[in-house]
Amino acid sequence: MKMLAANRLSDGEAVWLAADGNWVDEISHAETVRDKDGEERLLAAGRDATGRNEVVDAELVDVEIIDGFIRPIRLRERIRAAGPSIHPELGKQAKKSAVTLA
Amino acid sequence: MYRYDEFDHAFVKARVAQFRDQVERRLSGEIDEAQFKPLRLMNGVYLQLHAYMLRIAIPYGTLASRQLRMLAHIARTYDKGYGHFTTRQNLQFHWPALKDVPQILELLASVEMHCIQTSGNCIRNVTADHLAGAAADEVADPRPYAEILRQWSSLHPEFSYLPRKFKIAVTGAERDRAAVQVYDIGLHLKKDAAGRLGFAVYVGGGLGRTPIIAKKIHDFVPEEDLLSYTTAILRVYNLYGRRDNKWKARIKILVHELGAEAFAAQVEKEFVELQESTLKLPDEDLNAIQAYFAPPTLPARPEGDALVAREAAVNSGFAAWLNRNVHTHRNPDYASVTVSLKGIGEVPGDISADQMDAVADLAEAYACDEIRVSHEQNLILPHVARANLKAVYDRLIEIGLATPNAGLVTDIICCPGLDYCALANARSIPVAQQIAERFADQRRQEEIDDLKIKMSGCINACGHHHVGHIGILGVEKKGAELYQVTLGGSGDENTAIGDIIGRGFGPDEIVDAVETIIETYLVHRLDTSETFLAAYRRLGPAPFKEALYGSEAKAA
Repeated sequence: MKMLAANRLSDGEAVWLAADGNWVDEISHAETVRDKDGEERLLAAGRDATGRNEVVDAELVDVEIIDGFIRPIRLRERIRAAGPSIHPELGKQAKKSAVTLA
Repeated sequence: MYRYDEFDHAFVKARVAQFRDQVERRLSGEIDEAQFKPLRLMNGVYLQLHAYMLRIAIPYGTLASRQLRMLAHIARTYDKGYGHFTTRQNLQFHWPALKDVPQILELLASVEMHCIQTSGNCIRNVTADHLAGAAADEVADPRPYAEILRQWSSLHPEFSYLPRKFKIAVTGAERDRAAVQVYDIGLHLKKDAAGRLGFAVYVGGGLGRTPIIAKKIHDFVPEEDLLSYTTAILRVYNLYGRRDNKWKARIKILVHELGAEAFAAQVEKEFVELQESTLKLPDEDLNAIQAYFAPPTLPARPEGDALVAREAAVNSGFAAWLNRNVHTHRNPDYASVTVSLKGIGEVPGDISADQMDAVADLAEAYACDEIRVSHEQNLILPHVARANLKAVYDRLIEIGLATPNAGLVTDIICCPGLDYCALANARSIPVAQQIAERFADQRRQEEIDDLKIKMSGCINACGHHHVGHIGILGVEKKGAELYQVTLGGSGDENTAIGDIIGRGFGPDEIVDAVETIIETYLVHRLDTSETFLAAYRRLGPAPFKEALYGSEAKAA
């Protein structure tokens, strides 16, 4: 299972593509896909958004669903989704609704 | 300190205007990321996991109070209230928005700072001994030469597109505090028998995935030939350095593949052509630059020793701090002070905006308005009257920067790792924090004595793990963090690359492993005067392997 991650051009904020085509700053709102067709669709949307200069470095990220929540497989992507593990008061994890690193 | 002249001001100002235009064109979509990326990198702007990162050059690690205050202002206004000092004496902000960077650069320019050549395949910020101009064992201040190299290398048309990045370090003392032997070019300023100044030249050192100790290719290049000889080295590298493979593109690979003698011969050939050219440094230019670094006037303060002795007798914390964080100055009434950015449980090298302001105030009041950044990620107040040490200590206590651990086991060099860096494979900061917490007891640290732990979160080795007495490298294995340990490395005048000791350790094992290594040292050392490094060099890896892996080590 995959989702599409990128950084917003203007401020570098880590963002993910949602089903409505918007880029969201919490992975809980990201769209996940399970097959090649879905991946191609996400990548095409990423290319479009890159072309419109909304985001940079769009890439597919492996995820799983645990207890109904999206969890990136790699620690790197979990840290990206949460914020620096050493600074729980910074990054997305500082928001009450945000994911945690675990 | 060096002060910008009209040319410098105009040059940096023009560069800010140019980058402002480039950012505007990027944000409006006029240029795409492929076009913009090399431009932003040339101005120190990286893209990391959570945000952009801005790397600010601090030439030869020297800052004035007004510059540190400006960094504090930027941290508060455009970042998240803190900054991170790096192993190359630079400062990184980890959260700036791209749209704000031109304004940040303008503010930096107003205090004679910039981000030019803090990235890219060019000559990077030139580093130097953090005790330059203050150390008792110094032949001469290396910073005027670092400044000459900075001016020469800034936007050098011939050397702006090298095969790979290029780093130069300069030291002016026998005791190498600048790690010059792990640099692309390491310069050791010295005097010949006639008392003339010149440089022993080391070339082709580096860490990363292929750690190599630099080779000395010249024992004495006279100071007036600094630029012609350096240009000769760069020309040979620019011509023959590999451009087909990023991992083999550094000069260390060229020197290694050609052999140091053949490489030196090529350099000599170029040097003969260049020696009598316009690159020869005229005395008046040398003198003009040296005048900027004239030693500060240090009034006699003979009362210092008695004051310090009296305070130390009744204040054990102050005594511990004197013992570790205060260094001999060339003037016996003065000392250099390490401001530890390695508080127990803190992030190595991080400093808050308020702390920056407070250190700037201290430097202004007590240290001739100067602050240094060490490659060990601490700050230094280079010229403090011994009579003022207690006042400085008291203020550092108030702002949480008086941890008396310089050179001890908790004074850990550590890269940002996977908590920030897009290149990292594992976290490094949490491991450094846990090690520091495990060894927090001051008496235990002092019993262990000098011990340098250096840690990197990937093979690029920003944390200099190869030259740590204990080096730790974070890797990703089967989706999990794993930490490989090297022992016996050293980044000084007796540089050595550490030995990989065996299989790696998980995040839950690595602190115990470090403790096992240290306990093994304590058991085996001849006496308290034998340091960890000396003991390792005498004993070799066997007792450490045995302690870490037991029967597993024997079977292997």
